[in-house]
Amino acid sequence: MQPISHHTRFSNRTVVIVSACVLLPLSFFLALAFGTISITISDTFWSLLHSFFSSESNSRSDLVSRTDLIIQQIRLPRALLAVLVGALLGICGATTQGLFRNPLADPSLIGVTAGASAGAALTIFFAGSLTSLTGLPGLGLVSIGAFLGGSIAVILVYNLATNTHGTSVATMLLAGIAITALAGSLTSILEFFGDEEMLRRISLWRMGGLDGADYPRVAIAAIFGSIILLTLPRFSTALNALLLGESEARHLGLSVQSIKIKLVLLVAAGVGISVALAGTIAFIGLVIPHMIRLLIGPDHRYLLPISALGGAILLLLSDTVARTIVSPIELPVGLVTAIIGAPFFISLLRHRHEFGMR
Amino acid sequence: MTTRLLDIDKVCIRVRAARKSSSHSVLVNSVSCHVNAGEVLAIIGPNGAGKSTLLNAIAGDIEFSGTIIIDGVAEQAKLRARQIAVLPQLSLLSFPYRVSEVVGLARIPHNTGRQRDDEIVQEALILMDISYLSERLYTELSGGEKQRVQLARVLAQIWQKEDALNGTRLLLLDEPTAALDLGHQKLLMGAIRELAKHGVAVVMVLHDINLAARYADKALALLCSERLAFGSIKDVITQQNIKLLFEIDVHIAQHPEHNSPVVIGL
Repeated sequence: MQPISHHTRFSNRTVVIVSACVLLPLSFFLALAFGTISITISDTFWSLLHSFFSSESNSRSDLVSRTDLIIQQIRLPRALLAVLVGALLGICGATTQGLFRNPLADPSLIGVTAGASAGAALTIFFAGSLTSLTGLPGLGLVSIGAFLGGSIAVILVYNLATNTHGTSVATMLLAGIAITALAGSLTSILEFFGDEEMLRRISLWRMGGLDGADYPRVAIAAIFGSIILLTLPRFSTALNALLLGESEARHLGLSVQSIKIKLVLLVAAGVGISVALAGTIAFIGLVIPHMIRLLIGPDHRYLLPISALGGAILLLLSDTVARTIVSPIELPVGLVTAIIGAPFFISLLRHRHEFGMR
Repeated sequence: MTTRLLDIDKVCIRVRAARKSSSHSVLVNSVSCHVNAGEVLAIIGPNGAGKSTLLNAIAGDIEFSGTIIIDGVAEQAKLRARQIAVLPQLSLLSFPYRVSEVVGLARIPHNTGRQRDDEIVQEALILMDISYLSERLYTELSGGEKQRVQLARVLAQIWQKEDALNGTRLLLLDEPTAALDLGHQKLLMGAIRELAKHGVAVVMVLHDINLAARYADKALALLCSERLAFGSIKDVITQQNIKLLFEIDVHIAQHPEHNSPVVIGL
């Protein structure tokens, strides 16, 4: 293998940052323009301008206002949700891998996503009879349930799979399987005992995807998402040191235990929110950080923000493909990311020895 | 009288909970020793005697009873990290950092500024003879090269006396020469003596008795979790002690140039 020179990686870093910053608005625009009803590029552009600069949009012809309606009420919230959820999944994936000292630790593979799903289902089951679970308060409640479920899952896997020498891939994945099965059967039991209304709600929610996107969801994602997206990069240096090992990080003056707890909670919150708002979307947290790491190296100061950008781009593009490839039928976006991600995961597993994993 | 930088008094370390009934539950039994600033202490003994365990206790990684006093040590973890650097026996870094990035991690507890940090990293790389590897990926290196990178990292952590509160600097090394060839063993020992000259106290676990005899000021011999001998090299490395420690017969000669004992297997 060719040694990577300082120059190469440095210029790589610049190229990657610049391309991510260019690709994000570009794919955002594509997501707005493409769909079952095709809208020309210029119409999309104008409609987007209207949505930002005019509050009164009644003075225009029917055709344009229909375009405005599609863009502003359907595609814009959906694209915004895709950006936020994608960014959360990307940054949470990168963080989990740093925390587990293992490039295979994706939240959806190690049971965090399943735990969050079970938490959300439990909330719907028990709180659904009390409140209507619509709008901001309902979504907030489901998000909290997902967060609790995700926290329990990640704490379980971490304690099962990690010792002072790092994380065993086999134990981690097996723990992930066990927790996914447990959480899945819990959700199934709820469906079994739930009444028809409950069943409808859980299964509607379980199908997930971004098609439920509306502004309340975007608001929740924006509030909690931006807190997480802004907080996680503050742990970059700590994650860099943690890659050396826990006691090594402690010898570098870090309070490892408290950092670990904070990271676990932040990741569980990030995954929980994305699960509560968009259902299970697998593999983004695996594919994106790995690709970024290959390009710019494992320094979390760059890896975390760029993984967030990359996750946003990938989810925007995957969702656009999911909406358009067999239109007017929509594929679940999780299907598209799984089709991209699963072969990627298998190849990673095959080449894990090249990354020094057991 | 010089100050005792590290004072270890009647330290006992037990296996944590669980299988207390086991007869091997005591890992270190009432061991005492001390190291002054500017001295190098070698811990010697057979496998499983408790050498690494004692080192881990000094590093603050495990619980113990008895007292370990490090003179002038800071309360705050970040400040303490500027005083004490630890090389573990085994490093399992599996992410593709560049070598200079790994060594740069040593500067995390410091506020010396990026430029000075970069200079220190370069100097540490040169000292460990790995400056030509500076831009290589850590994961692609051989075992000995990785060891030198980790050594450069711990040295860079306590590089400047002025960074350390009260000037207290302690270097803990667990088998630092294990993966090194003869030339680099000598290079490392030279670097350690140089640090000691500047007031660093060094404690290292060594398997090579002759390296210990040649470069350490004092030795602590551990046998079955207990202290067999502690003191100057000449007092500890004796025919009788070596026989007790390793169950081999040896001849102790004198080094032709350095007057230190040389152990010759029979």
